[in-house]
Amino acid sequence: MRSVILIAVMAVVTILLRFLPFLVFRKETPPYITYLGKVLPPAIIGMLVIYCLKDITPLAQPYGLPELIAAGCVVGAQVLKRNSLISILLGTAVYMVLIRTIL
Amino acid sequence: MIKQAFYKSIPVMAGYIVLGTGFGILMHNAGYGVLWTAAMSLFIYAGSMQYVGVNLLTGGASVITTALTTVMVNARHLFYSISMVDLYKDAGKYKPYMIFALTDETYSLLCDGKTPEGADPNAYRFFVSLFNHSYWVTGSILGSLLGAVIPFSTAGIEFSMTALFIAAFTEQWLTTKDHIPALTGLLSTLVCLVIFGRDRFLIPAMLLITLVLTLLRGKEEAQDREEAKQ
Repeated sequence: MRSVILIAVMAVVTILLRFLPFLVFRKETPPYITYLGKVLPPAIIGMLVIYCLKDITPLAQPYGLPELIAAGCVVGAQVLKRNSLISILLGTAVYMVLIRTIL
Repeated sequence: MIKQAFYKSIPVMAGYIVLGTGFGILMHNAGYGVLWTAAMSLFIYAGSMQYVGVNLLTGGASVITTALTTVMVNARHLFYSISMVDLYKDAGKYKPYMIFALTDETYSLLCDGKTPEGADPNAYRFFVSLFNHSYWVTGSILGSLLGAVIPFSTAGIEFSMTALFIAAFTEQWLTTKDHIPALTGLLSTLVCLVIFGRDRFLIPAMLLITLVLTLLRGKEEAQDREEAKQ
C-alpha cells in the first residue's frame, strides 16, 4: 500500500511539473515566454549533452576518450549526412566497440 | 503521418528499450513484479526519476521525501514545458497527453518545431510522444520479466541517448545562424558542473541558462529582426 502511495506521489509531482507552465500561461503567452521558447531549446539540448557526459574522467584512464571519439563520430556523420538515425547508430556502435576493445 | 512519426521516433527506440529494461531489472531485483514496473513506466514516465524511485520504494522513504526528490530530479521538465507553451498551444485533444509525455528525448525530437509537410503537426507530435512512451513501457516489462537473464552484453548501448542529444545539437547548429543560445547552454552547464559537482549541477545550470538568456534578450531580439529583414 505504501508503495502505491509513493508511486502516486512521484507520478502526480512529475505531472504537475510538466503541466504547470501550460496552466500558468494558459491564455496569452507573454512575449518573454515566447522568447524563452525560442532560445531555450538549443540551450537545453546543449545542457543535456553535458549532462550525459558528466561521468567521464578527463584526467584519469580512459580520459573520456570513448565518449569523445564516439561524440566526434556523431557530429561528423550529422554534418555529412544530416540523418540523425545514421549518426546515432554510428556513434553508439563506435562507442560499444571502443569500450570493449582498445579503451 | 503515423509512419513519419514512427520514423522520427526510431532513434529513441533502442535507448528507451534498453534503459527501460534496466529499470525493469532493478524493480525485479527489488522484489516488485511486472504490474508495479508497468504502472510506474505508464504513469510516471520519467527515466531517471524511476531509477531513483526504486531506491525510494525499497529504502522506506516518506511521502515528503518522495515528493521533494521528485521535484529536484524532475525540475528540468518545467523548462521543457515553458519552451513548448507556444508550440503546443493549439494541440487541442492531443495536448494533455503530449504534455504528460514530454520527456527529455521526446523534447529533443520535437523542440525544433519542425513537422513533415502535409502532416497534421499536432497528431504527428502526439504519435511521436506515444511511440516513445510505448518503447519505455515495453522495455520496462521486458526487464521485469527477463530479470537479469539477458543473453548478450548490451554495455554501452545507453550511449544512444547521448548520441541522440549530440545529433540534435549538431543539427540545430547547422540550421541556425545564431549560436549564442546553444553556446550559452553548453558553457553555463560546464561552469555549473565544475562548481557544483556532478550530482547537483543541473538546477543551477538551468537557472544560469535562463539568467544569461534573459540578459541577452534585447540583443537576441534585435538580431532576430535583422535576420528577418534580410
